[in-house]
Amino acid sequence: MNSEAGEGARPRRTIDVVNASLKRRYAKERRFRRLGATAVALGLAFVVLLFADIILKGYTAFQQTYIQIPVSFPAEAIDPEGTRDPEVIGDANYMAFIREGLRGLFPEVTQRRDKRQLKGLISVGAAQLVRERVLADPSLIGSTQALWILADDDIDMLVKGHIDRHAPEGARRVSDQVIGWVDRLEAQGRVAKRFNTIFFTHGTSREPELAGIAGALMGSFYTLLLTLILSFPIGVGAAIYLEEFAPKNRWTDLIEVNINNLAAVPSIVFGLLGLAVFIGFFGVPRSTPLVAALVLTLMTLPTVIISSRAALKSVPPSIREAALGVGASPLQTQLHHVLPLAMPGMLTGTILGMAQALGETAPLLMIGMIAFIVDIPGGFTDSATVLPVQIFLWADSPERGFVERTSAAIIVLLAFLFVMNLAAVLLRRRFERRW
Amino acid sequence: MQAWTLVVFLLATMAVAYHLGRKRAIVRAGGASRIKDLHSLPAYYGLYAALWAGLPALLLMGLWVGLQDQILITLVTASLPPEMLEGLSDGRVGLLINDIKNLATGNIVSMDVTPAIQVAAEQYTRLRGIFQWAMWLAVAAVAIGGLSFAWASTEPRMRARNRVEGAVKVMMIVFSSIAILTTLGIVLSVVFESLRFFDQVSPLEFFFGTRWSPQIALRADQVGASGAFGAIPLFTGTLMVSVIAMLVAVPIGLLSAIYLSEYAARRVRALAKPVIEVLAGIPTVVYGFFAALTVAPFIRSLGASLGLDVASESALAAGLVMGIMIIPFVSSLSDDVINAVPQSLRDGSYALGATQSETIRRVILPAALPGIVGGVLLAVSRAIGETMIVVMAAGLAANLTANPLDSVTTVTVQIVTLLTGDQEFDSAKTLAAFALGLTLFLVTLSLNVIALTVVRKYREQYE
Amino acid sequence: MSTMAEVIEPTAGTISAADLASSQHSRATVGDVTVADPRMTCRGVDVWYGAKQAIKGVSLDIGKHEVVSMIGPSGCGKSTFLRCLNRMNDTIDGCRVTGSIKLDDVDIYDAGLDPVPLRAQVGMVFQKPNPFPKSIYENIAYGPRIHGLTNNKAELDDLVETSLRKAGLWEEVKDRLDQPGTGLSGGQQQRLCIARTIAVSPEVILMDEPCSALDPIATAIIEELIDELREHYSIAIVTHSMQQAARVSQRTAYFHLGDLIEVGETNDIFTNPKHKLTEDYITGRFG
Repeated sequence: MNSEAGEGARPRRTIDVVNASLKRRYAKERRFRRLGATAVALGLAFVVLLFADIILKGYTAFQQTYIQIPVSFPAEAIDPEGTRDPEVIGDANYMAFIREGLRGLFPEVTQRRDKRQLKGLISVGAAQLVRERVLADPSLIGSTQALWILADDDIDMLVKGHIDRHAPEGARRVSDQVIGWVDRLEAQGRVAKRFNTIFFTHGTSREPELAGIAGALMGSFYTLLLTLILSFPIGVGAAIYLEEFAPKNRWTDLIEVNINNLAAVPSIVFGLLGLAVFIGFFGVPRSTPLVAALVLTLMTLPTVIISSRAALKSVPPSIREAALGVGASPLQTQLHHVLPLAMPGMLTGTILGMAQALGETAPLLMIGMIAFIVDIPGGFTDSATVLPVQIFLWADSPERGFVERTSAAIIVLLAFLFVMNLAAVLLRRRFERRW
Repeated sequence: MQAWTLVVFLLATMAVAYHLGRKRAIVRAGGASRIKDLHSLPAYYGLYAALWAGLPALLLMGLWVGLQDQILITLVTASLPPEMLEGLSDGRVGLLINDIKNLATGNIVSMDVTPAIQVAAEQYTRLRGIFQWAMWLAVAAVAIGGLSFAWASTEPRMRARNRVEGAVKVMMIVFSSIAILTTLGIVLSVVFESLRFFDQVSPLEFFFGTRWSPQIALRADQVGASGAFGAIPLFTGTLMVSVIAMLVAVPIGLLSAIYLSEYAARRVRALAKPVIEVLAGIPTVVYGFFAALTVAPFIRSLGASLGLDVASESALAAGLVMGIMIIPFVSSLSDDVINAVPQSLRDGSYALGATQSETIRRVILPAALPGIVGGVLLAVSRAIGETMIVVMAAGLAANLTANPLDSVTTVTVQIVTLLTGDQEFDSAKTLAAFALGLTLFLVTLSLNVIALTVVRKYREQYE
Repeated sequence: MSTMAEVIEPTAGTISAADLASSQHSRATVGDVTVADPRMTCRGVDVWYGAKQAIKGVSLDIGKHEVVSMIGPSGCGKSTFLRCLNRMNDTIDGCRVTGSIKLDDVDIYDAGLDPVPLRAQVGMVFQKPNPFPKSIYENIAYGPRIHGLTNNKAELDDLVETSLRKAGLWEEVKDRLDQPGTGLSGGQQQRLCIARTIAVSPEVILMDEPCSALDPIATAIIEELIDELREHYSIAIVTHSMQQAARVSQRTAYFHLGDLIEVGETNDIFTNPKHKLTEDYITGRFG
């Protein structure tokens, strides 16, 4: 490079060199740009794929197959003395009545083996549902009703098209004979899909058609309620102290470091803490919303504290100075002036923390929330499970019917999370202030 | 539940105390017209009384509820015939106590009910009843006592506001310290159980052994003796799943952050960014379901069509889905970091005639590198600690393999497997979970500390 | 203000009406905007930020081997105008430039013209030194590398040394070329940025208040450097300091609220301003 060549020669050369390589450089530019666009597209595709997969797997679970069967309730078998005593009525063998009606539809079935298959058309829980119905309306006794009876999960799957009819008979869960019967019932208009209320009103069950998320939902509700009661005041209190009052010393430094690190500690470690400390040491009953809420509170506290501090930070110091200037005490300044302004931000953070708690599964496995609990919990110390754990348990079940129910439970869970996140976004937008 | 009624009672007492304290202050000042003589507003005297009525009583109650079980167990154990406890390990005693408690609460019992146990259960029930009543009385007495004290000490010159504020401040300090207590609780709970584990299994075997099969330890005669607790297969399994996840998440997350912050039109960015971030809000159990029921079978059939033998629970499926989960984590961290690179550096590069991609690759990315590395470290820490995806999709077989199509197991999977189901608190199998937990905690902690330091340093550089 | 402007008639002006056609409400410039041997010629340049007009019908030439300084109060548009000259304004959303700016008779705002090679010809030095977070060597080598100006390592080494020498930095940094450029002092960083710009052998160097972040000693060194660089390059410098403009430039342009008020030989502008606004500014009545 000869710098003394002067500008006459060199710049010409520069621009020529630049122009010569320009095409290659722009090709690179386009490639890079396309790479980025591909990454974004992939990210978006994953979102779509995930939702599509779950919705397609799960939407059928919101309907359940019923079979219309004429069921007669002979008075002499149910309530021979006409007392209408619920205990007497409840004792009757309702399954027998249903089977009687079913046999009436298929008079040709006489073989014992076939009869057993015929019984398999309807759910084992159908008798209980019919019983509740008669108990609610004793006037049914003595009559014959065309009742819609809950179908077995295999039949449900068959009707919903989840069972491949062309597979060899041994490879599917329903025989050719049963398929024939179901087709005949369908032709008679005796098969119908109705809204699956059981899914929303029942606890879990070993039978897919009887399994519902009501127990898990209530468990989640109690857990979340208690988590909120504990983490909101503690989180806000800690945030106010750390942001507004705390002196800068080693103790508060230690607290800061701890909060930041706890936010990134794997959730399962909190499960170990809950198991060893809350259950092992303090004797908090296992499998209860109480112990779940304690663990989740510790887990969500960093989230709540960090976002609450951000909200406090966004309130300009002039507000504090104005309040202190008219003689308010530091605490009054906080409570009367700063806190109301920071509250939307704090609530937003708390809602996001609650959403995190609602979806959390791993630590709850450690503290016994995976017990099989059919009953719907009625309080903080009843044994319970929560929605995500229920999803985990169902996902492990081999029955095809549970696949769609798991997906449906996921849809419900995602719907709750969506609503919570939406609320947080709206809250933020509604109260967002620019100072 | 008596505890809840007691809480309600205390809240009611506090409400009453508030009113009494307020009235008392006004009366002591000489009527509503002379409120000005009070040091603080009347409400503060009410709060003062309410705090005295509620706080000590609540503290006592918390202590009582927390310690009652320990004391009860000690008492009941002490009353058991000594020959019953002879020769039993701590764990066996624990099981016995559990049975007594279960019998008392009407739950299923694991062993034969002997008369001695029956008696112990009855005694447990009786003692618990007494304890409950004693708690009621003690707590109520403390509440009333506190209220009386506040009543007696209320006088116009008392600085009620300052005292209330002092109490509130102390409460806030306690709340802030919960973070430290949590860390302490985590450390203590995993360290103690881990120490007991390392009593039975040498740390050398645990950290460097290559065979993991804790189930052997289930046999009573072999507790801790010959169960294989070499955690290397778990570490390599965790590593493999995490590496696969990073291979998915880092390029996609980083490139999409670059594209959205440097190239995309504002409207595209406003739409695509939140949609990708939706991935961050999806519970991990949903990813686990997706991995186990959709991705794993897909990879398996894809492998089969290529003539490859893919395990039904392959590391690849779990890693892929974990990578998807971590994409938004990487992309939003990278986005922050890239936006923190000052515009002046971009200008400098453009002014030399660099194209956009040259500027990004040769100026922005090197400048943002420390921040990106910090973000990736945080993501790695998250991948290592992720549980549900691997529990549902990675399997249990502790294979020491480098083939991503094989089934592997991870640290978190083993923690869950070892601790769910029947638990004896001192079998090496259960304790191993805590040793794994300790390892996990230390590794993620150091990753986090390093990452947070790197990111902070990076931010300070451009502030 | 506007009444004042009307009172004073422009004494000179060689711009045709066609050149001004696109410009609305612009004030005519006092003095001769052209030079005999121009490198860049700007005619009737308007710049809009959204709906706000930042530059109003500015015409100005930048000659070979000369330093043109642009002065004026804050917000007068001098920096905006400077950024038009190598299309750095492209990176700002909502910025629109009309009129004609030619580099060696090529319109740089022509739809088909690519800003990348343009910027290799028209380099820029910024207000705040902005060395890349790389080594000193890599800072200089960056431009030649992306443009492929050298064929081998030896050539590149040579070019780095030459550029640093021209920027008067070589003696200070020759032993620590592998150390980060951000570790240098403010004045050294700015000279590094100048060296970085020189390394791609541009024809024009734009300087946007290059000394405003520097101490007086560093400023003196840079000013000396500018004077030396004039031998090889055309330089347009925006400055806040009238003394600096007087020291380094041959011609001076005075901007006011988006208008180019007066252009002339630097000596003339400072000793004998013709426009009332120019006089007010250089006598320190505002600005």
